[in-house]
Amino acid sequence: MSAVRPDPDALLARVQREEAKAKRGKLKVFFGATAGVGKTYAMLEDARALKARAVDVVVGYVEPHGRAETEALLEGLERLPYRHIAYRGAALRDFDLDAALARKPQILLVDELAHSNPLEGEPRPRHAKRWQDVEELLEAGITVHTTVNVQHVESLNDIVAGITGVRMQETVPDSVFERADEVVMIDTPPDVLLERLQAGKVYIPEQARNAIENFFRKGNLIALRELALRTTADRVDAAMREYREGQGIRATWAAGERLLVAIGPDEQGERLVRAGKRMATALHAGWIVVYVETPELLRLSDEKRNRRIALLRLAESLGAEAVTLGGSSAGAEIANYAQERNVTRIVIGRPRRPLWRRLFQPSTYGELVAGTRGIDILVVGGGDEASALRNPFLARSRAYLGAAHPGTKRRWPGYAWGVAATALWTALGALISPHFELVNIAMVYLLAVVLVAVRFGRGPAIATSFLALAAFDFFFVPPLLSFAVSDVQYLITFAIMLTVALIISNLTASVRLQANVAGQRERRTAMLYAMTRELAATRGQEPMARAAVRHVSEVFESQAVVLFPDAAGRIRHPRGASTPGSLRGADLAVAQWVQDHGEPAGLGTDTLPSAESVYLPLKGSQAVLGVLAVLPANVRRVLLPEQFHLLETFAGQIAIALERALLAEQAQRAQVEAETEGLRNALLASISHDLRTPLAVISGASSSLVERGERLGADERKALAASIFEQSQQMGGLVGNVLEMTRLEAGAIALNRDWHSMSEIAGSVLRRLQDRLESHLVEVDLPMELPLVRVDAALIEQVLANLLENAAKHTPPGTRITLRVDQQDDSLLVSVEDAGPGLPAGDPEQLFAKFHRGNTEGAVAGVGLGLAICRAIVRLHGGRIWAETRAEGGAAFRFTLPVEPAPRVPREA
Amino acid sequence: MTETRGTILVVEDEPEIRRFLRTSLATEGYRVVEAGSGARGAIDAGSQKPDLAIVDLGLPDIDGVDVIRRIRAWSPMPILVLSARAQERSKVEALDAGADDYVTKPFGVGELLARVRVALRHATRPGSGKSVLKLGKVSADLEKHVVKRDGAEVHLTALEFRLLACLAKHLGMVVTHRQLLREVWGPSHVEHTHYLRIYMKQLREKLEDDPVQPRHLLTETGVGYRLVAEED
Repeated sequence: MSAVRPDPDALLARVQREEAKAKRGKLKVFFGATAGVGKTYAMLEDARALKARAVDVVVGYVEPHGRAETEALLEGLERLPYRHIAYRGAALRDFDLDAALARKPQILLVDELAHSNPLEGEPRPRHAKRWQDVEELLEAGITVHTTVNVQHVESLNDIVAGITGVRMQETVPDSVFERADEVVMIDTPPDVLLERLQAGKVYIPEQARNAIENFFRKGNLIALRELALRTTADRVDAAMREYREGQGIRATWAAGERLLVAIGPDEQGERLVRAGKRMATALHAGWIVVYVETPELLRLSDEKRNRRIALLRLAESLGAEAVTLGGSSAGAEIANYAQERNVTRIVIGRPRRPLWRRLFQPSTYGELVAGTRGIDILVVGGGDEASALRNPFLARSRAYLGAAHPGTKRRWPGYAWGVAATALWTALGALISPHFELVNIAMVYLLAVVLVAVRFGRGPAIATSFLALAAFDFFFVPPLLSFAVSDVQYLITFAIMLTVALIISNLTASVRLQANVAGQRERRTAMLYAMTRELAATRGQEPMARAAVRHVSEVFESQAVVLFPDAAGRIRHPRGASTPGSLRGADLAVAQWVQDHGEPAGLGTDTLPSAESVYLPLKGSQAVLGVLAVLPANVRRVLLPEQFHLLETFAGQIAIALERALLAEQAQRAQVEAETEGLRNALLASISHDLRTPLAVISGASSSLVERGERLGADERKALAASIFEQSQQMGGLVGNVLEMTRLEAGAIALNRDWHSMSEIAGSVLRRLQDRLESHLVEVDLPMELPLVRVDAALIEQVLANLLENAAKHTPPGTRITLRVDQQDDSLLVSVEDAGPGLPAGDPEQLFAKFHRGNTEGAVAGVGLGLAICRAIVRLHGGRIWAETRAEGGAAFRFTLPVEPAPRVPREA
Repeated sequence: MTETRGTILVVEDEPEIRRFLRTSLATEGYRVVEAGSGARGAIDAGSQKPDLAIVDLGLPDIDGVDVIRRIRAWSPMPILVLSARAQERSKVEALDAGADDYVTKPFGVGELLARVRVALRHATRPGSGKSVLKLGKVSADLEKHVVKRDGAEVHLTALEFRLLACLAKHLGMVVTHRQLLREVWGPSHVEHTHYLRIYMKQLREKLEDDPVQPRHLLTETGVGYRLVAEED
């Protein structure tokens, strides 16, 4: 029997989870069924015990509610000062997150995890919710102890509302609760709790006394207690499972459960999402919330369509993947998607359509049953939905959407065209009526309906249908110019005509809508592609940022800006001229938070949602590279989940491109550094060798002159002085070469280009080197007519000097050195040829490398910089330099200089 | 004892180089006045009444070119410039500011003394004084506009002649491109260095034995030209 080995992937995930946990602070939750069970009391007692063991524990915030017991426990514990907030004229005391981060205790007590921070308060809180404050504390490595009531857990919110009839405004996402490292259940039997309530030991705000008293009924308390106990038990179960996975004990069920929750625009949505969350948690399954945008749904009022934005965002906040699909039939789309994603269960709501419509059109439920194989389909029953929209989250989202909602598209031109088309076609009908049957005239009207539907959509098309019918009746059906109908069979004609017209308008409009939707998607993809392509072709951070801003502002009809941190990690406004669409006045404080935490913030997020712009981190694989700030002209453009995701995709692409640029730059810098380092070492080695010899000669000869000068003969003195002079000349040349190379390397040399004659430069060099070339036969071969070249004469002279000196140095005295210039098509070819031993073995290109010497150790001095300098100078001039062994023996060093058309010289009269 | 051949002001901040200059110049019979800074030099130029000034371009306090300008503002005394290699631009700047010639560091004593001699002679006999130049086989009578090579007359165009005359006026001393272009072609042509290249080539072909390796019409790369005639 082989031991069951843990799945490596699961093990890896566990290790990563534990690593992340190790850096984070720990979260300990004191969990209870209701207020008054003694959570705060237990937490403080715990803290005192810790304090007694010399643990660094600090009270961040505890709501004392004026209770003497609590106050007594607070005695002797260190407390953070409150943050004072002005809120609607009142002065509030609240938890001070920054003070806590600054104090950075080992353990911090923060009461009431579900508390909402006063968003409109002054100064503005950083986060909407206290649990976000706590997340930040945990990230900072501070362990937090806090309290939560069962009714505050997001996914249990519904159930509690169902039990008590009171819906809590303040909730904590399940994920926060689930990730708690320790949950301590504080249990008080309902009878004891009621006793305490009557004894006034439970704090109750005056204005809510009635509601709260309803809440604290014994039945409620029993139910809430059960819920709290069960939730705790689920956690214990989950912990057990994790332990078993860790120990390689085979899971009891096959992994891969995946839940799909299909929501529509109706009131059931929120209930479905919460139900989905509970199920997903119970099954330990991933879950997807899907909304299918059918042509029918596209016609809904904006208010209803906005509801699904809020729903999808709720789903995301509960940990679901929110997806919007487009298609003609919701059922078929969901079925397809579910099969693709290997969904195991689909949750849908109860059908809401009137019975008569279900007869004509299959329900989504029916389509799902028919369209899926091996997937469980759960229909969740409806309930009291009236309170469903009280959720503060939804309310908030709606407020945004309402505030920024643009005026409805002006439709009246469509209707006007409907009327016009009817009139036109009536006139046309009048023209042809003497020659055609009445039926054909009806057909002509149908054509008008089709055209209006294609051009203006459903509403105008339906209006045109009725108008056309009326006109047909009035002008063409006897008795003429009356709505009365003489023949009953025309009523059937009317009915059919109207039906056909309506069906056509519906169909045409649907097709048009779908084409629009598809077109929009395609445009988005194309835009993303366009940006990616441009970024790929762009070099440098700033140009990339500009390109990104241009694309983002275009696609999202917004102003945008990419903010980069400076060397110290502080976000800075971009320098330089702003491009069209670039956002000025982005809030650097928000951007800084995003940069530091790598999480989005601002509009449409949970952090600083009152900001006007969205701030997205540009996350590279190792660090946050910057922040993309977007100020949408129309908030909907960004708040729709798919738009938000598209924006995130854009941010992701920008980050990838920026990181690529950054990595390339780093690699280049590393290479340059390595080369510089190598260069420095070679230089030191080389210089120390090459300077030592002349220095030894100089100091030896000069000390002889100083100490024994008077005893030396005049000839001896002269010989010593001459060798000092010679060696110092050589050293001068060496130092000059090193300096020259440094200047060339540093790019400090700006070419001082002017028109020069090559023969003049050659002449000047030969004169300068007269002494050193004395030992050889120097031959000059220049054509009579050479074009002028635009060069830096001093530098070209140096190239020639180096080549000639090299030739003299490396060939035996008495041999020939030829300086030759040839004119080629668009360049001059300058050659220095010698009759020496030829090039050393090996790649001739190596000769031009820095610190290369033909023969590594020998009497021939020189740092080996001469040819490297030549190459640098020739390249600066746009030429090429190379070495070769001549067929007739000896070496040749050649370089080219480009020839440009020279300016004319006026002829002398 | 040798009488002094003149007073020379040395404006140089390096004491070692000052000492070497002092020794070399004193040996030749010049009286040497030393100034360790540009400001000091500008003052000494007035108070010590030197016959010639040697100014280093790389001074710590004020730019050597400024020292030259200050001296030139009131005195026509010859000024020699000391400069490092690869500083053509500052050499030209100094020459255009009024310096008469330059010596590139590191330099030999012979070169320096020759320059000093030429400059002093030029100062005592302005306009070079000589109307007949001896350039090897060539003799040029600048007053009569006659140039002969091996006794046979050589025809020079008007511009060639003006170029030669301009160089002869500063015989033995460097003349910058700008100076030559302004004097020969006129102030509107100071940027047209290609004129110079073409005409210098023609002139060399007519006057030099080996136009590529001239012995009289010398190139001072990046700076200008110098006409050297046989000493008589």
